[in-house]
Amino acid sequence: MPTIVLRPQFASLLGGEPDWRCRPAPETVPSGIAEIDADSGGLPRGCLTEIFGACSSGRATLMAAILAQATARQEFCALVDAEDAFDPASAESAGVCLPRLLWVRCGHNAEHALRAADLLIQGGGFGVVALDLGDTAAAGARRISLTSWFRLRRAVEHTPTVLVAISRQSNAKTCATLQLECARERTAWSGARPGRLLRGVRVRASTPRSHSRSMLCSPVFTAQAI
Amino acid sequence: MFACLYGSGNLKALAAEFSPTVELTAADTVTFDISGLDRLFGLPQEIAAAILRRAAERSQVDGRGAGTCACHVPTHRDACRDESRHGRPECPLHLALASNPDAAICAARGFPRLSIVPYGDEAKFLAPLPLAQLAPSPELAETLDRWGIRRFQDLAALPPLGIAERLGPEGLRLRELARGEAQRKLKPIADPERFDEEFEPEYPVDLLEPLAFLLARLLNGLATRLATRALATDELRLRLKLETGATHERVLRLPVPSLDTKAFLKLWQLDLAAHPPAAPVVRVWLGLHPAKSQAAQSGLFLPSAPEPVKFEITLARVRAIVGERNVGTPRVLDTHRPDAFVMHGGWGRDSAASPSAGNPASLVLRRFRPARAARVTLVRSQPGTIAAEGVRGKVIDLAGPWRSSGDWWTPDPWSRDEWDIALSDGGLYRLYCDPAGWFVEGSYD
Repeated sequence: MPTIVLRPQFASLLGGEPDWRCRPAPETVPSGIAEIDADSGGLPRGCLTEIFGACSSGRATLMAAILAQATARQEFCALVDAEDAFDPASAESAGVCLPRLLWVRCGHNAEHALRAADLLIQGGGFGVVALDLGDTAAAGARRISLTSWFRLRRAVEHTPTVLVAISRQSNAKTCATLQLECARERTAWSGARPGRLLRGVRVRASTPRSHSRSMLCSPVFTAQAI
Repeated sequence: MFACLYGSGNLKALAAEFSPTVELTAADTVTFDISGLDRLFGLPQEIAAAILRRAAERSQVDGRGAGTCACHVPTHRDACRDESRHGRPECPLHLALASNPDAAICAARGFPRLSIVPYGDEAKFLAPLPLAQLAPSPELAETLDRWGIRRFQDLAALPPLGIAERLGPEGLRLRELARGEAQRKLKPIADPERFDEEFEPEYPVDLLEPLAFLLARLLNGLATRLATRALATDELRLRLKLETGATHERVLRLPVPSLDTKAFLKLWQLDLAAHPPAAPVVRVWLGLHPAKSQAAQSGLFLPSAPEPVKFEITLARVRAIVGERNVGTPRVLDTHRPDAFVMHGGWGRDSAASPSAGNPASLVLRRFRPARAARVTLVRSQPGTIAAEGVRGKVIDLAGPWRSSGDWWTPDPWSRDEWDIALSDGGLYRLYCDPAGWFVEGSYD
């Protein structure tokens, strides 16, 4: 039966003209930060999520929360650490179940990190694969071609894996399904010297692509130091 | 059809050459199943001739080599010479073939050299043998002796009902043995099985690709042997003898037993690429440790985990990129020493680990490894400005110092003063001062 005949029949059955080109929305999983989940709906599986921001903007805290949430779901996770910056003690304090985490230390080599992440995604079976380029110099991160990001996006497609990339600035561009820009709003200190304490930082995580919302409507969470 | 070898030497090895079902009946007696050998050799006489021929060959080889006799196969002349020299024959190799194991054992022990017990005439053939050969209990032996029953034929002629009434079950069993009618199954020897093979190529192999072909051949053979026994392997050992005379040994350990030869070959290729032999290979030995294969059904609603053997390949590939020691699961050590952790290479075995109790929105430290040496100017005994690689600025706010120390009772003590500082470049850092100087340990992110 020709398509021209089938279309109106489907339209009458479905109660309207279906959009044949749109893809079903990916399944999402919680990030571990309720404010971000409420705003973005969670992290999409089978997609690339990019978290970027300046130094001390709360990116690593967000990444640790994602890993903690995934390991609490009994999923296995992988962290590809380009700059060998991961602190297991902090992560454990943040709730990451370390026996369920595979840590790949790439010794300050972003290219190795990309290749390792690609292999781990191709291997399959991970709930979250985090690619940490957070301390990679901006020039070095910019040298990563868009083709590499497309390759990663293609590899993770149709898998239940959440691919999270962390960097100083947006590198993946259109390859990322969800982008979260972190910015530190303020630092909370308490007490007077010499007993002064760093209490935490207030982080705003905005989604740069949602032009409809103003920056002030972006979710805010507090990363507690104590 | 069964055969029994009675004599001295390595009878077990000789029997194993003809049958997989070998029973070690006694230290000097071996019984084995020869059913089916007629299709290979023909008549029972020809089977017996083949066994004796092989025994003679083994005897010659072992006599030449180690100087010990494996199986003594006497000729008629030898037997006569021994009898004339010693008055009794030296224990020669006796061979008997019969339709049941016990008839073969009795014939082998009772008659010299070769005996072929005809099917259906076992009682007649065994008739002249002394009853002591059946090893009855002392009481039974005494009773039978008093009755004047001293040979197989005497006991075989007695009515079974009368024997059952007077001698009980043991008497009946002896009568069955004496008539050559006892039927039973052999109790085969359970040899500790070894799964290893070696191969010596015609010329030294100096490239990994031809070596992989040899490994594939050995792996396939060994995996088939394991599969026929419903086994798998969890450890693979490779020993390469090199042209220089040295030996190159490698071991692959798998998280779960498997029989995936393609995965094994890939793992060996990756391992040998990372650790190549120093010289061309002249001999390859491969051993597989047998283990029971695991069959587990995961839950429908449980999250998926990496498939173990496939994951080993992925890990090997990642290790080839980033280095052997840079991949694994971290474990925080039970100490206050900063950045104290160990990496475990065997990832994923602790799948039942419970999630950590922690605050998900806890501020995380990003470490600089190694810590960056800093130039610090002090203002009223507190850091005022910091200059380190990638970290430079004026201290806007700070908390500290926090003094900590430990391991002073060991040769490697540590002590430090820590500050949490907010710099004018927008970063939040951890700064510390120890006897070696000032360092920026990392940034809070």
